[in-house]
Amino acid sequence: MNTTVADTYGSAPTDFYCAKEPPAHNGTLIGFWIYLMSDCFVFAALFVSYAVLGTSYAGGPTGAEVLDLPGLAVNTALLLISSVTFGFAMLQMQKRNKAGMLMWLAVAGLLAACFVGLEIHEFLGMIAEGAGPDRSAFLSAFFTLVGTHGLHVTVGCLWLIVLMVQVGRFGINEANVRRLQCLSMFWHFLDLVWVGVFSYVYLVGVLV
Amino acid sequence: MSSHPANWNFLTGRFTLDSLPFLNPDLEGRIVLVTLIVVAVVGLAILGAITKYKKWGYLWKEWFTSVDHKKLGIMYMILATVMLLRGFSDAVMMRSQQAVAFGSNMGYLPPEHYDQIFSAHGAIMIFFVGMAYIVGLMNYVMPLQIGSRDVAFPFLNNMSFWFTFWGAIMFMVSLFVGDFSTAGWLGYPPVTELAHSPGVGVDYYIWGLQLAGVGTLLTGINFVVTLIKMRAPGMSLMKMPMFSWTTLATSGLIIATFPVLTATLLLLTMDRYLGTHFFTAGFGGNVMLYINLIWVWGHPEVYILILPLFGVFSEIVATFSRKPLFGYASMVYATLAIMILSYLVWLHHFFTMGSGASVNSFFSLTTMIISIPTGAKIFNWLFTMYRGRVSFSVPMLWTMGFLFTFTIGGMTGVMLSVAPADFLLHNSLFLIAHFHNVIIGGVVFGIFAAINYWFPKAFGFRLDEFWGKVSFWGWQLGFWFAFGPLYVMGLMGVTRRLSHFDDPSLQKWFIIAAFGAFLIAIGILAFIIQIYVSIRRRKEYAVGNDPWDGRTLEWATSSPPPAYNFAFIPRVHERDAWWDMKTHGYKRPLEGFNNVHMPSNTATGVVIGVLSFVCTFALVWYIWWLAAVSFVGLIAYAIFHTFNYHREEHIPAEEVRQFEHTGNWSPETQGATA
Repeated sequence: MNTTVADTYGSAPTDFYCAKEPPAHNGTLIGFWIYLMSDCFVFAALFVSYAVLGTSYAGGPTGAEVLDLPGLAVNTALLLISSVTFGFAMLQMQKRNKAGMLMWLAVAGLLAACFVGLEIHEFLGMIAEGAGPDRSAFLSAFFTLVGTHGLHVTVGCLWLIVLMVQVGRFGINEANVRRLQCLSMFWHFLDLVWVGVFSYVYLVGVLV
Repeated sequence: MSSHPANWNFLTGRFTLDSLPFLNPDLEGRIVLVTLIVVAVVGLAILGAITKYKKWGYLWKEWFTSVDHKKLGIMYMILATVMLLRGFSDAVMMRSQQAVAFGSNMGYLPPEHYDQIFSAHGAIMIFFVGMAYIVGLMNYVMPLQIGSRDVAFPFLNNMSFWFTFWGAIMFMVSLFVGDFSTAGWLGYPPVTELAHSPGVGVDYYIWGLQLAGVGTLLTGINFVVTLIKMRAPGMSLMKMPMFSWTTLATSGLIIATFPVLTATLLLLTMDRYLGTHFFTAGFGGNVMLYINLIWVWGHPEVYILILPLFGVFSEIVATFSRKPLFGYASMVYATLAIMILSYLVWLHHFFTMGSGASVNSFFSLTTMIISIPTGAKIFNWLFTMYRGRVSFSVPMLWTMGFLFTFTIGGMTGVMLSVAPADFLLHNSLFLIAHFHNVIIGGVVFGIFAAINYWFPKAFGFRLDEFWGKVSFWGWQLGFWFAFGPLYVMGLMGVTRRLSHFDDPSLQKWFIIAAFGAFLIAIGILAFIIQIYVSIRRRKEYAVGNDPWDGRTLEWATSSPPPAYNFAFIPRVHERDAWWDMKTHGYKRPLEGFNNVHMPSNTATGVVIGVLSFVCTFALVWYIWWLAAVSFVGLIAYAIFHTFNYHREEHIPAEEVRQFEHTGNWSPETQGATA
């Protein structure tokens, strides 16, 4: 807190109140950031579960047998590029270029939707091979960790669609800028989590 | 995928008329039936009275849809008080069962029912009494203390309340529809796995806690942002009142731990609904994973409960000793030290897991170390009182009771932290006595101290002293009678959660404990009488804005405060800002008011709360269509809400002026034209 700045909206420092309303503080961005940090703890718990159960195959398939690395490469590329294109959308937002921003948002959303689609395809394939989440503790932890991330991306896509509609209707106004900034944080956060999933679950999983 | 039970049907899931326990002709069914009738009669009487006096519109507009932190705070306190009665009824049933169930007498509660009672008692007392009380207190007091108009996210605050409310309703419904978990307040697997608990009890437990947990997490985020962003100009962190500091620490802990609870319960849910193997006995599942995860939340949780009350005692001791708090800075650092250390002790709940001497030693040491900052706090309070002009009003009485009782509870905690000793005392009645000693002696005493202290602020009249003292002595004596014997029996090796005993020599101890429960009942009854009597005598007990000659900003505004809290945002120069203002001849301004921006009320919290309840209730009973419909409705309504961009309104300067000239102020702080 800055005590000297008070004079800009009050009077002498011996005063005990602000004669004019102090400017409103908007806490949405830091609030959302704190929410993301709390979400980190959800993922932390799921990573811990995977760390504990990751080799409990119960006679079922191991990571090396069921995890698909080429598919993973495509998936990871989709998600990372999606983050970059979301960044382009934010640049357009700063220029107040609505059409350009909506275009880049659509690209980002499409890439993320492909990511989710590929993940569902991978899951269904594994379940069909008898390597579903009920086969072993390892697979339970795998499906839950990867699936929770995928669920987050799905929610992000839904949020993106709603925001695109809202920007289309109401323009790049103050509230929408704030919302886009929150979604942007969410988007990049999910990328970060994916880097963790990708390195720890897939790369390590194929090695052991 | 787990298969459906045989009696499952599409429309009502696994619900049938047999799921209603009060239709059973046995004793257990009769007990539930009588309870149901009492609840129904009381409930209908309340609903009838609201209808008769045409108060539905008032309740809806002024309370249910309100985003005012003060009203939400009061609603939390009411919810917590109702749940206290429920949780205490469970306690009375346990005490009376254990007092009689010896030898050939099996008591009146079959084990299956007894297990539900201790599970519900623990979970309710932590989630819907302790948590609801402290969240209510923090909600009411913290924004006033930091000179703010509201919390950072007022709508979210309303929604958090409704999540907590419906979580509590989930627990209450389990009493009459189906049954409750028998697996204790933390729901350890493998008992909570589908194979061993196929009924709805564990599912009620899981979904009730999930609702309340989400509400609490949102509250934690809300409070941290409020404290970071909305302190009055001049209030640096080290000028914040102690209660606001402890609110910050508790909210930080909530953010760091409640997601772990959510995730842990999610994994258990997956096991039960989707047939995964996180905590099952076979297929590679690991039971100890659950127990570690749940205590990673569970241990910080008890500090989440106690830290705000440490703040309460700090405010009360300073006010009633008429001195600034001794060692303010050390108090802040002690609070932060406890906050961090509380995250490093969880394994002391299961030293008997067998993780080896070095791991146990680590957690043994961290547990002992945590008593150092706590001890520092105790000395700070004592030194604040030393040479102060201490007045023994009811809040101070509770504080003295706390200092005595809590210190002993802390010491038995240090005994338990010695891992070899814990091997003997683990799961014994000694442990039960210890944690009731700190939870009752710390949290409950603190809550009553806080209610007596801030009630005049919230309602403009003080609480009756006589009944307040009766309540205090009922609790104080009742506590020692109820839990003293448990310490003794615990040392002798008697284990917890038993509904029947063979050794007749123990009976006398359980009878003493039951007598203690009776004294506590008097304490609770006296509290209710205290509220009633005070409302009746509200004219006689009326007070101004500053009945205790307080030190912090909440006492600067009218009692009760207006919706906007402060006509002018205070400017802070010192700790104990209100004391500073009073000693420098502050006069309340009566002219020059500005328009005030306030958030609008919204029904969204109510709607989302109801839909979440319907959805989770449907999941408990495997009514998949209803769960799907309400879930889609929930998402759709949330999206619909985001299309509302007009969430603020003005309180015109003239209205502010009017209130500032008519509000409830003490003559000495009566203002002058600026």
